Amino acid sequence: METPLTQHISFDRPCYNLRDYEKNGGYQALRKALSLSPENITNIVQASDLKGRGGAGFNTGMKWSFVPMNGHHPVKYLIANADEMEPGTFKDRMLMEGNPHQLIEGMIISAFAIQANISYIFLRWAYKKAGRLLKHAMDEAYAAGYLGKNILGTGYNLEMYLHTGVGRYICGEETALLNALEGKRATPRAKPPFPQVSGLFGKPTIVNNVETLCNIPHIINNGPEWFKSLGKGNDAGTKIYGVSGRVRKPGLWELPMGVSMRELIEDCAGGMANGYAFRGALPGGASTDFLVQEHMDIKLDYKSVAAAGSRLGTGTMIVLDDHTCPVGFVHNLEHFFAQESCGWCTPCREGLPWTEKILLSMERGEGRPEDLQLLEMHTRYLGPGNTFCALAPGAMEPLQSALKYFREDFEKHIDQKKCPWR
Amino acid sequence: MVRIYIDQKPYDVKPGKNLLETCLALGLDLPYFCWHPAMGSVGSCRQCAVKLFKDENDATGRLVMACMEGVRDNIYLSLTDATAHDFRSQNIEWLMSNHPHDCAVCDEGGSCHLQDMTVMTGHAYRRFRFPKRTYQNQYLGPFLHHEMNRCIQCYRCVRFYKDYAGGKDLDVFAAHNHVYFGREKDGILENEFSGNLAEVCPTGVFTDKSLREHYTRKWDMTMAPSVCQHCSLGCNIIAGERYGELRQITNRFNGAVNGYFICDRGRYGYEFVNDPGRVRQPVVRAENNEKNLFESLNAILVEGRMIGVGSPRATLEANFALRRLVGEEQFYQGIPENEARMLNKILAIQHSGHVYTPSLKETEHADVILVLGEDPTNSAPRLALALRQAVRTKPLENISGSNIPLWHDAAVRELVQDDKGELFMAYPVHTKLDELASGSLHAAPEDIARFGFAIAHYIDTNTPRPEGMDAQTLESARHMAGFLQKAERPLIVSGMTLFDVDIIQAAYQIGRALETAQRKAGLCFVVPECNSTGLAMMQAPSLTAAMKAAETGNFATAVILENDLYRHGERLEVDQFLSTFKNIIVLDHLAHDTVRKATVLLPAATFAEGEGTLVNNEGRAQRFFQVFMPKNENIRESWRWLDEFRQFQNGAMPNELRELDNLLEELVAAMPQFKGIERAAPPSDFRINGQRIPREPHRFSGRTAILANVAVSEPKPPEDVDSPLSFTMEGYRGMPPAPLIPFYWSPGWNSGQSVHKYQTETGGSLRGGDPGVRLSGEGLHFENGFQEHVPPAFERQPDEMTLVPLPHIYGSDELSVRSPSVESRIPHPYIAMNSLDAERMQTMEGDVLQVQIGGELYELTVVRKDEIPEGLAGLPYNLPSTSGIAWPAKGVLTKALL
Repeated sequence: METPLTQHISFDRPCYNLRDYEKNGGYQALRKALSLSPENITNIVQASDLKGRGGAGFNTGMKWSFVPMNGHHPVKYLIANADEMEPGTFKDRMLMEGNPHQLIEGMIISAFAIQANISYIFLRWAYKKAGRLLKHAMDEAYAAGYLGKNILGTGYNLEMYLHTGVGRYICGEETALLNALEGKRATPRAKPPFPQVSGLFGKPTIVNNVETLCNIPHIINNGPEWFKSLGKGNDAGTKIYGVSGRVRKPGLWELPMGVSMRELIEDCAGGMANGYAFRGALPGGASTDFLVQEHMDIKLDYKSVAAAGSRLGTGTMIVLDDHTCPVGFVHNLEHFFAQESCGWCTPCREGLPWTEKILLSMERGEGRPEDLQLLEMHTRYLGPGNTFCALAPGAMEPLQSALKYFREDFEKHIDQKKCPWR
Repeated sequence: MVRIYIDQKPYDVKPGKNLLETCLALGLDLPYFCWHPAMGSVGSCRQCAVKLFKDENDATGRLVMACMEGVRDNIYLSLTDATAHDFRSQNIEWLMSNHPHDCAVCDEGGSCHLQDMTVMTGHAYRRFRFPKRTYQNQYLGPFLHHEMNRCIQCYRCVRFYKDYAGGKDLDVFAAHNHVYFGREKDGILENEFSGNLAEVCPTGVFTDKSLREHYTRKWDMTMAPSVCQHCSLGCNIIAGERYGELRQITNRFNGAVNGYFICDRGRYGYEFVNDPGRVRQPVVRAENNEKNLFESLNAILVEGRMIGVGSPRATLEANFALRRLVGEEQFYQGIPENEARMLNKILAIQHSGHVYTPSLKETEHADVILVLGEDPTNSAPRLALALRQAVRTKPLENISGSNIPLWHDAAVRELVQDDKGELFMAYPVHTKLDELASGSLHAAPEDIARFGFAIAHYIDTNTPRPEGMDAQTLESARHMAGFLQKAERPLIVSGMTLFDVDIIQAAYQIGRALETAQRKAGLCFVVPECNSTGLAMMQAPSLTAAMKAAETGNFATAVILENDLYRHGERLEVDQFLSTFKNIIVLDHLAHDTVRKATVLLPAATFAEGEGTLVNNEGRAQRFFQVFMPKNENIRESWRWLDEFRQFQNGAMPNELRELDNLLEELVAAMPQFKGIERAAPPSDFRINGQRIPREPHRFSGRTAILANVAVSEPKPPEDVDSPLSFTMEGYRGMPPAPLIPFYWSPGWNSGQSVHKYQTETGGSLRGGDPGVRLSGEGLHFENGFQEHVPPAFERQPDEMTLVPLPHIYGSDELSVRSPSVESRIPHPYIAMNSLDAERMQTMEGDVLQVQIGGELYELTVVRKDEIPEGLAGLPYNLPSTSGIAWPAKGVLTKALL
């Protein structure tokens, strides 16, 4: 089984420095890419069917293809979205701490493909170690001529900056990230215009997730057909999957796209911990719908998970066990989402705290029968299109599926006037 | 036009607009908060949700925000769709989850956009049962009260304050449902347009603090359409009164002038009307004591030999009535010779046919701007706000190919970023607009004029070239000339602020040089007072000439109309002038030094108690109407007093109240340059369905109780012989003609947001045309040629400083300084000078200098401004403590003894 993303990652030793990375084939993809035309690279990436690993699952090459290449835009930007703040998600951290040069190489190739001369890594504030390692790797890359002016004698220039956010979930939303990077409040922007046309400082910009960018060198090295062949199901490539919760071995694994939930939980994570039973799981971070026992055998690719009523999201799963109150579980998430609402649009700003307060009152035994309708109203009206960005719709996904699969738990809270788990 | 279908009904609408403004323009009610007609869409409040269908067969549709969707041909939408309606109601419930239930005690209650929208959506019952979030309020200075708990986070305040008005000290803080709109810490809001927040805020977060000082419900006021008195731009305002006290000024939309916004001087300067120290009773001086007022007046008027001194802050009617009383030959403008000359030149330029005089609205669309010797932020504040929008004209044109509609404010600002069009500022000191400028020149008035001549020369080499200019200034002149030549709508802003007629001539020469077959340059001149232009159009000689004439001793009486001569000349000169008269009749409402010299003093009505016509800086005649009839019958419009004088003079007892219309007729007959002025407002006998236009909303309360402490029977309301407005709630309820709109109201729209119901299209002009008439100035078409003479460069004088007047928005206007809120913002009197000059004087910033100017000694604090050329010093213009200087002036500086 090929694991291109993690092949050079081992936490038993320090991560590769530039020399070790090069020794193991590093920056060969860049050399190859610089000999290709930018359009050619975009075509290869598009043909590889690489989809955005931040959660949206949009074809990466297609996203790049919207960047104007007519020469009228002297300033363009490429940005690595390393603001990994989705609860339960820690895959980008592993990639950055495990092999920072892989990200940098992927970024240089991607920037070249859209002919951007400035790139940023927008890093989550709390990722101190990743920050240190990336800074060091960037210095090495500059010194070796992979960054800066006239890269490898090709005449192509690229500056790279490391920018740390201040720890707001909304900065993971690409347009809010752009505002934050511009020094403005991290509120999302209306789309259209899309960042590919009017992004950072109003210039054409691509924002890609760390894992997405880490795939680029391997696609360039091995070609799109190889990349497609890695996937098991509907999607191409490998994916960093993760499991957290009361399983025997929580962790991260690079697996072919489309492994089943059962394989992931039972084979990789070692099944549920002793004395705990599986009740459900959020397959791709906190902003995805619950999957339950009946979904154990679905393939974890974008299409299959969507067909089951959820989203693959970041591919890092949070498992709900039978000793944990689902209402408390969802309350915890809604607390997070309410707090991370940027405060820009009404439904999210006012609706999320309301759901949080209702869930808390249920946990305290103060829930009322009409609360269920109020929660359902929120899951309906905080849907896509009604709010300004995807934060609130994402926040409603665990709630709406919990109301569907664990409704009796909500009712018990109200009937018994207490949390049955306390 | 494109065809759209709203709830199955076809409408032909203008393309390029969003669905919200389109629906509003069609007269449909759709609730909104964050969208503002002058500020566009950002999509934050989610209130204007409508259903949009794929085609006529789509029955499902999807919710969209009307403000974020453009009009396209053949689209189907529904406002009445159940989901859309329910979502809008739900959105209000969310907003209400934290909004206090304090409508009954809220300043905004009853004229609150949030209330209106709440009722419109049908939300009535709150299911949110948890504690509301609360905030600490801030002290924001004398103009605005802050009540953050009421905030519904529509972001309009920061969008207006920061994005539109360029303010720096109001922002949005924190996040999620604890977003906070305020300053970093308590303190005075610095921006000159902060008061607009009271109107921009859809609820009661920012409210008018001056109204709060003497609060009354907004529908309980008697209101009239009025015109701001505090600078020459003539912004349209609505003034409201209750219990004989003026309570509030709000913006009155005029699509050609002020649009949706006025400045804080205009909003808060009104309290001079309520000044307890103002002139309220006729006074006859001691030596005439044996006679009563009428006998004294009679004697004086019958004796004749009168000289009349007019006023640039009095109405045309008053000035004309004075001229008629004393005779054309004996009527003088109450302004010094140099001001009169400058005004005359401006008139000549405006009527030369070679340049174009833009309306205030049109200045917003200029693509290249040169400001020559003006500081609009302080001399004509609303113009500064217009220029702030104008620097975006060019960048907006640049993005026209990007497919982003201009109403999409967020996206447009993203694309434009900090890109600005060309704006060049030439003024002795840094001004607020410098931050927008692509270049600036800080120089003495002579050198600003020379700079202007240089620009003109680079455009047209037949015009004279200033000699001896330094290479750098020449280069920027050449540069600016290039930009102006390439511009489609070049604008030159100049004026009288620096008392330099050459600056005005230089502005003209640039404009004239720019004239081509395709376009004329816009020339916008700032003049000192609200009716300076009107007075100048009367073509009377100056105050200086009056002083000369008085020296002959031929005159027994001076009639001084609403004018403190001590503000316009040196004390000794004015004393000398006044001493030549046996009788000095003064008509005014303000108590000032000239009033103190009166032998007969008559209380004049302020703009709130009378009506009349003013001509603004662009030559637009605008009528303002009486807000309330003062209980004190002695307070009358100056023109009415003067008209009565004439009846006296003719031996009649004044008993017949004459109408304003008759006076205007006579005015036009006597001076054809005012032809058309009667069209500024409908005549006094104008009626709709036989009805007058009520000054009071139908919700006006307490009419029978207001005077119950005096008499329980309800008195007959005062009758207005001069206008079609009534002092009651009764009358025509529909939409009056634009000049007669006393307040904005429409069923379901109780706040000022209802203005869109009065407009031809959202944000467009008022139905029937925006008020005001641009006067043709017949007979004023005199040629103002090219001037060959270029003034010599400024030179530092060895023993004295050359002084330039620096106007201040709060302080330099005679009327508004009597308003307590404005008074509290008057700067400390200072002298601004270059550090080198300060060092030469061995003074430091903050030291007090004694400055001898003419015969007067002023104590001024040193402020260092290194951009001022050596030998030049700036003085705040006409503060209460720095008036009486004959400008341009020189001063001898000595260090004050401790």
